[in-house]
This record gives sequence, C-alpha cells and structure tokens, in this order.
Amino acid sequence: MELKPTPTRDGFGEELVALGKINPNIVVTSGDLEDATRAEYFKKEFPDRFFNLGITEQDVVGTAAGLSTQGYVAFATSFAVFLTNRAYDMIRLDVCYNNSNVKVVCSHGGVTVGEDGASAQCLEDFAIMRVLPNMKVICPADYIEARKATRAITNTFGPFYMRTSRAPLPIITTEEDTFVIGKANVLRAGNDATIMACGVMVAEALSAAEKLKAEGINVKVVNMHTIKPIDIEMIVSSAKETGAIVTAEEHQMAGGLGSAVAEVLGQRCPCPLEIVGVKDSFGESGSPAQLLAHYGLKDVNIVEAVKKVIHRKKG
Amino acid sequence: MTPKPIDIESLKKQAVVFRRDILETLELAGSGHPGGSLSAVEIFLTLYGYQINHKANDPQWDGRDRVIVSKGHVSPVVYVTLANFGYFPKEELKTFRKFGARLQGHVHTKVPGVEFNTGSLGHGLSYANGIALGARMRAKDFKVYCVMGDGEIQEGSVWEAAMTASHFKLDHVCAIVDCNKVQENGPTNEIKSLEPLAAKWAAFGWNVLDIDGHSFEALKAAFDNFSNTKGKPTVIIANTIKGKGISFMEGKSAWHGKAPNKEQLALALAELK
Repeated sequence: MELKPTPTRDGFGEELVALGKINPNIVVTSGDLEDATRAEYFKKEFPDRFFNLGITEQDVVGTAAGLSTQGYVAFATSFAVFLTNRAYDMIRLDVCYNNSNVKVVCSHGGVTVGEDGASAQCLEDFAIMRVLPNMKVICPADYIEARKATRAITNTFGPFYMRTSRAPLPIITTEEDTFVIGKANVLRAGNDATIMACGVMVAEALSAAEKLKAEGINVKVVNMHTIKPIDIEMIVSSAKETGAIVTAEEHQMAGGLGSAVAEVLGQRCPCPLEIVGVKDSFGESGSPAQLLAHYGLKDVNIVEAVKKVIHRKKG
Repeated sequence: MTPKPIDIESLKKQAVVFRRDILETLELAGSGHPGGSLSAVEIFLTLYGYQINHKANDPQWDGRDRVIVSKGHVSPVVYVTLANFGYFPKEELKTFRKFGARLQGHVHTKVPGVEFNTGSLGHGLSYANGIALGARMRAKDFKVYCVMGDGEIQEGSVWEAAMTASHFKLDHVCAIVDCNKVQENGPTNEIKSLEPLAAKWAAFGWNVLDIDGHSFEALKAAFDNFSNTKGKPTVIIANTIKGKGISFMEGKSAWHGKAPNKEQLALALAELK
C-alpha cells in the first residue's frame, strides 16, 4: 500500500496521544505553538496535562524541568529555532546539567519550513544540542519513524532533543522496521560507498541510490535517525565495507550529522567523506522543494557527492 | 492554621554561627560569594528553622517542602544551613570548591538537601512553578520556595515565570527576593533600576510582602501570611544589606564574589559576637 507523504510532526502528535492513553505521567508544555507542533492533539485529549505557557520559551523549558521532578515525562514543545536557540541556557542547565526527564521536541526543522523564511528555519539545532552532556538527539525520517521515536524517548529516562518536520515527508520505513535509539538502520546494501542521512534527506538518499544504480554504482544507504549517541559501529563497519562515506542532512554542514560521522572516521578509520548540507548560510522564503534544490539538498546533490567521494577513494 | 512555635533568641544566636561558618568556609576555599550569602542568613534560618517541613535524615522525603536556590552563587549560606541542620557533617564545609568535593562552587544536587543545580541566574522560578504544577496534579500539599537575588530578577526569564505563577494561581509558590541592593558591579538601582519593585510584582498578580529581611519577626509574619494566602503566589521582598554583619563588607559590590583572606577573616570574626 502506498502511504501518502506526511509531516513527521504529525507522527509525534498522534503517538503522544496514543501514549497519553496508557501513560498518565506524560505532561506537555508549549510556547503557544501547539497547533504547529501538533502537541494540540494531546491538549485536546488531556487538557489537564497540557500547559500553554504563552510566548515564553525559557519558561516552557524550565517549567517542564520542574514538572519532571514529580515523576512526569515532560515534553517541552515549540519551533526548533525558538527552543534550541532562545532557551539554550535552560536546556543546558535545567534539562542537561540537572539530567531532567525532559523531552525537547520541536517542529519546523530545516529549510522545508518553507515560506516563513530564515528566522523560522532551524539549521543549527543538531550542532548545539549534541554538544550538551546527557543530551540525546533524534531526527526521524518519516511519519512511522516519528511515532516509534516518540515512543522510544518517552520510555527512556533523560534529556532528549527530537526535531520534526513541517513538510510532508515520503514514507520510507515500515511498521516492522526496528527503531532502537543509537542504532542506525541499513535501508539498502551496496559496496561502492555509503550514504548516511537523517530526516528528509533519507528519502533523497534512497532516490540518489536509484539514480546511481542506473549508472552502475551501488551504494549502501543508512538511516541515521540518532545523531547522538552516534552509531559508531555502523560508521566503522560502513567505512571498512565501502571505503567512502557521504552524509546528508537538512542542517548546516558544520556541527551536525556530518561532523559527528567525521569525528568517528577521523579517530577510528579514516576514509574519504563528503558532507551534504547547508553551506554556512541562512535559509529564505520559498516552497520546500525550491529551497531543498537551492541549498543543494536534493538527490542529485547526493549523487554528485557520491561520485566525488568514490573518485577520492580511488586516489 | 495554628501558629508554629518560634525561638527568635535561639535563631539570633544561630545567625552568628552561620555568619562565622560562611566566612571560615570562604576563607578556606579562597574564592566564593560572601555578600549575598551574608545578606540571606536570616532568610535561610527562618526557612529551615521555622517555616519548612523537612527531614535532614531523609532529604528525598516526598512530603518535604522544596527550596529552590535560584541565586546559586550563595552556596556558602546554603551549605552552611544544610550542615548546621544536619544534612551532612559540618567538617565537609572545608571541602567547599575543592576538586572532587560534593560542595560545588554553585549549589549542586550532589549535596543532600539541594534540589536543583543552579549558577546561571533566572532559572529557579520556572523550575519552582513546574514542581508546584506537578505537585498540584499529584494532589500533594507541599510548598515550593524560590530564593532569588534582586540583581537576578533583571533576568527576563524571571518575569516569564512570574506570569506563569499568577496565571496558574500557584499559591503553593513563595518567591523570596534577597533584596540587598547591590550586584556584581555596583548598586542595583544604578545599573538597572528595579523600582518600583513591590508594585512590579503586584502588577504581575502576586501577593507582595515588603519586609525587613534581617528581622526574624518580620520573616515569620511574612511566611505565616504566605501559608494563609490562597489563589495567588506570594513574593517576599526581603530588604537586606549585602555583606550584613561585617562592617567592611556591608553594601560593597567588591565583596559580591571575593573570599576574605586570613587577616580579613580575623577582622570579620572579631565583629561577630
């Protein structure tokens, strides 16, 4: 059955309702953006466990941390830019330094936010979240994975950051696929190079693999849904098997998935690496498709990067 | 509610002990924050010696009142309070700020009785509100206290939280502003005026008690007022003197974040009788 593309924020919102029915200890704070983050699904079902704190991101995070002390799994929700950037010190101190059971879940990651433009398009969240001790960082690739990830972070104690999308993303995982925090999923086998992607870029990576196959190049495709803790074993084994890696993310090239992979490669098993991401610039207004193309985040850009990395491998 | 007993003469004697312990602890550490610790002695003594329900031998007791120290740099007065009330041996005060010690430079939950790691200002009140919201959902009746500095409340996050506490009618939250009028680089009202402070809190929907923060009688009355106030949060603006009790430290921003040396300690202790 062909499932229609769905925003990962919908997966988060719907799963949170399902979890709320079996887990009375889930509470949610929101910075008056629950309509956008889909936390409003939870609000409608469980108004007594939902707190719209108004346009006060610092308070949204701090209050969630306080709530968590009373045995609650506290979700702090808003746009990715607002919580991870504006409330950074609260995430650092209240959530991470105090090792609180708070899940920072933010919609509106990346340029696929679209027409709202750069101020709402978060392109630095992976970088600034993954440097925080105790924090774990997740970016699901589709609706199904977003539901599984929501379940997994609810049932795992401690700080999490999860980025969801505003844009509908193609369904590329199945209900049967496993989702384990920190364990990447191989979506396709191949020997010439490995593409490691997260979020919207996983679908682009699969499309790139098809295009490359037509040219006789067989790539392994890995869904790196967990950016921290990064799956070291998967990176090392992929480097050994294929000798070349391309990463792809809807994020600045600096500091995100590519950097996390580079840190492992550099220390464990150096091999040629190409990073597909936004090249040190802010986003702008446009449709998601236009912006992905403009910022070099399409399958064709991954194809180009794979060819380059294979060329480098051959020396 | 029935009035609780209070032994003000005993508290006054303990205040002298606390100030000595604070200064000796700071001198041994060689760094730390005396000014805001000395100004808050009566606040902490009245909290732990009169107002709050707590068990030193069971710091995680679920029914305890929570004290959130938002101005985390006043770790000396916090640790001295907890040690004197039996949360850990007083001997351990000698390890303050030393490598490997539980007694971190800014308050830390490694220390029995500390509820929240702080040090960055403006974090405590949101956290206290969250605890109070959670406790209300659990039908728990304990109170949540949040001790802040007056300089600290220049942080915008404090006012975000102030709106939350009144909007959600968190009458189990009691904010205490140690209003010592001096911050790191000078008088608070020269750097960025907070006045009219009581009117600001009142405008944010709080029950405001503007008192002498060195008077045990006034502190007791304020806490009693809080205990009997329903439907809104309470803020106690405790007017204090930075560096209280030591003539050469009083009102001086220079003593915000500097430990006394041996000679200064001797002079200070001579003033504390």
